[in-house]
Amino acid sequence: MRELTDRALDTATGHGAAYADIRIVDRRAQQLAVKNGNVQQVGEDTNCGFGIRVLADGAWGFASSGHLAREEVDRVAALAVTIAKASASANTDPVEIGPPEVHIDRYETPVKLDPFAIPLEDKIETLLAADKRARAVNGVAICTGRMRCRREKKTFASTEGSFVEQSIVETGLGLSVVAVAEGEMQRRSYPNSIDMHQETGGYEIVQSWDLPGHATQIAEEAVALLAAPPCPSTVTTLILDGSQLALQVHESCGHPIELDRVYGTEAAFAGTSFLTPDKLGGFRYGSEVVNITADATTPGALGSFGYDDEGVPAQAVDIVRDGIFVGYLTSRETASRLHRTIPKAPERSNGCMRASGWNRVPLIRMTNVSLQPGSWTLDDLIADTDDGIYMITNKSWSIDDKRLNFQFGTELAYEIKGGRLGRMLRNPTYTGMTPEFWGRCDAVCNADHWRVWGTPNCGKGQPMQVARVAHGTAPARFRDVRVGLMS
Amino acid sequence: MPRKEAEVLGRGRMGEIAGHILRSSRADQTEVSLIHSVEGLTRFAANEIHQNVAERDTQVRVRVMIGKRTGVASGNQTDDESLAAIVANAEQIARLQPENPELSSLPEPAAVPSIDAFNEHTAACGPERRAAGVAVILDRARKATLQASGAFSTTQEEMYIANSLGVEAYHPYTVGTLLTVLMGATGSGYAGAASLDIDQIDAGAIAETAVEKALSSRDPEEIEPGSYTVILEEEAMADLLFYLGYMGLGALSVQEKRSFLTGRLGEQVASEMVTLWDDGTDPRTIPLPFDFEGSPRQRVMLIEKGIARGVVYDSFTAGREPGASNTGHGLPAPNTTGPVPTHLFLAAGNVTKEEMLASTERGIWVTRFHYTNTVHPVKTILTGMTRDGTFLIEDGKIRRPLRNLRFTQSILEALGGIDMLGSTLKLCKRSFGPFAVCAPAARIQRFTFTGTTEF
Repeated sequence: MRELTDRALDTATGHGAAYADIRIVDRRAQQLAVKNGNVQQVGEDTNCGFGIRVLADGAWGFASSGHLAREEVDRVAALAVTIAKASASANTDPVEIGPPEVHIDRYETPVKLDPFAIPLEDKIETLLAADKRARAVNGVAICTGRMRCRREKKTFASTEGSFVEQSIVETGLGLSVVAVAEGEMQRRSYPNSIDMHQETGGYEIVQSWDLPGHATQIAEEAVALLAAPPCPSTVTTLILDGSQLALQVHESCGHPIELDRVYGTEAAFAGTSFLTPDKLGGFRYGSEVVNITADATTPGALGSFGYDDEGVPAQAVDIVRDGIFVGYLTSRETASRLHRTIPKAPERSNGCMRASGWNRVPLIRMTNVSLQPGSWTLDDLIADTDDGIYMITNKSWSIDDKRLNFQFGTELAYEIKGGRLGRMLRNPTYTGMTPEFWGRCDAVCNADHWRVWGTPNCGKGQPMQVARVAHGTAPARFRDVRVGLMS
Repeated sequence: MPRKEAEVLGRGRMGEIAGHILRSSRADQTEVSLIHSVEGLTRFAANEIHQNVAERDTQVRVRVMIGKRTGVASGNQTDDESLAAIVANAEQIARLQPENPELSSLPEPAAVPSIDAFNEHTAACGPERRAAGVAVILDRARKATLQASGAFSTTQEEMYIANSLGVEAYHPYTVGTLLTVLMGATGSGYAGAASLDIDQIDAGAIAETAVEKALSSRDPEEIEPGSYTVILEEEAMADLLFYLGYMGLGALSVQEKRSFLTGRLGEQVASEMVTLWDDGTDPRTIPLPFDFEGSPRQRVMLIEKGIARGVVYDSFTAGREPGASNTGHGLPAPNTTGPVPTHLFLAAGNVTKEEMLASTERGIWVTRFHYTNTVHPVKTILTGMTRDGTFLIEDGKIRRPLRNLRFTQSILEALGGIDMLGSTLKLCKRSFGPFAVCAPAARIQRFTFTGTTEF
């Protein structure tokens, strides 16, 4: 491997690159789906290739290929430099990437049970068992169960002297149940929405969530929702469960703290951010109970790794401290740029550059952006709420291109009356503006309720890249929220 | 040793790879899907090129059927050893699972039309030419004291599908896309175009439209959310139609009773002005004459003069519904999504956007939507935000720019409120693959906005 990486870096330098790095990625992925008692899909994919990123004449160039061989490495390295020089022809400001990052290391996801070593029959049996229990509930129309596992071996080398090898293993699972009636359709999912919860680790993750053991409950909930009254349209107190809150953190905090986005690199596609650099260190993002961190070292979390795709070590950093916005997710280029204008900001990257594969350039991606636990138990929080709604499991999501105005829907909700959970509510939605909403957060549940939710479908960039990120959350309460928006 | 593939593989080399796989498979039935792509993309932001990339890859996907069992394996290496491993893996996966009584057979061969969708100039477009196109936009933005961002991409792709029953389909195509958002301190403007032929993409015209929109969007004012008459430009309409198709115009969604069309075929579901169909063979779209099973794409009438007429099928959904036939809209099979329309057309009307504007007493002009998402698929309710050019219309004129608005709206109800359609269709490419919507602008009498934002 060293021979190929050295060759790539030497070739790029020889063609005029001031900096170059190469990532060689070899991935194996397996996915299974059962639907209504039948095995719907079992597939396995192997994929490998390499990408070379260079700085030449002060501009970036990137080229990639699925053909890992000496002469192709030469071609792609030279092409990356040609592309960089073409970029430079239209640019006026040269790129700076700050101080060198030199690391020689190896990282492996801790795995108890290799998910690829578990027989397919066992996985199918677990999914079919969950499917059978769900469809035993009268009124269930569609039941879909899924499992997914992935091992990605990455080698990173740079002209600064880094050489990092990583093996990252992910395992995911999910069950969704749909009940239909005339003009109505209701879905319940477990453990999370979009049929999939994912973590880094092995098959022990599947065992810990016990899909069959939860199938009956979500099936009964899906059927009951068909007859439940609709969520009222009003302004009320809202309690969000952990998994919905994870997506709330993702959309309204995780994306606007991506510093490349702040600098406009996603402006034409995903958008920009309301968290402009002038707000760093002084802007009140939320109430004093809101503390948010980005921690790529969280054990078992989907956004955990050893090094990012610029070869920067995984780190834990504060994002919101006591409600005040204090930190961004950065890359080498953006950290250096921010430091030049705000010297108190760190000059070095906090290690958030990741690419979805060998054929994509790294972008700033969330790691594990998490709301830190507070002091409440969920029972006490509900008992302390006189009138409100408790919403559970995401169903729909949308947010404006500066990450201010959002609207979410959840699969399930319960009204809260006099400190007790009441009737089930159908088609719940809520909407708000980001800092106003987080400013109305007056309680977060404690560490006993806190867990990390994997988000394996975070889209960003052109060409589109799908990243695996995660969010640790415990249920939290928000006052004066507008709920119940349907046309 | 890994095998290096050329810029263009051609039907011969792809047939060679597929033939090797089909001959080596011991399954009852075998399907091979090959996609060879060469892509280039130049991204710019804050008046600088910040990302410039090139990619070449060959995807190999093998589906086998052994009795009522199926297995899929895929990879991106094309040497004999790697291909053999993919086939063996697919066979092993199939053998290890229980029978699925719903599985029948891979599709039988059917004639696939040959459509010329490959443009040499687009295929030859390199980073220098993309940079030159971007430079036109950057130059215009700098002169207008605006910040330009956007992307200029070119794709050259060959698809080849073959199966052991005799299906053999090959289609090469190219497509180029240039889009930009120009931003000032308080407003932004969008423009973009897609074409099979890169020479048809006019960077200067795109820059002018975006500059005009951005300058007109300065200092937007808030308006109360509520129900308004709207003029939706083509990209906004395309967004709504794509979601409509995804939510309920595929056969599986009807068979599973999660479509808004369940039990409503033959009924009036939209304005009489609405005629919506899917046609992957029309040269005005990004043609793709067959689906991911190699079945020929049919022109399928979905809504005709407001009356629901049909949905699209793949081999699986056609096989489980008496009287239904495969319309060639399968995604890579097997899957849990079912068939979806991929090349939608909404019939044009007979007015220009200027005429629509002149005849509108009060309303809101929408350039495009952002982050559209499904709220309720059976009721066809979507939510999303406006962006990059939202204006108040009064007395037939653009009166002032507006802060962006959130809509929460049943799309079927919106289609019921259309009273004007633009006279020209615009090709609006979706983010993934050769999927597109050809849509005109539309005036809709009642469109519900449920919120606003700060810009």
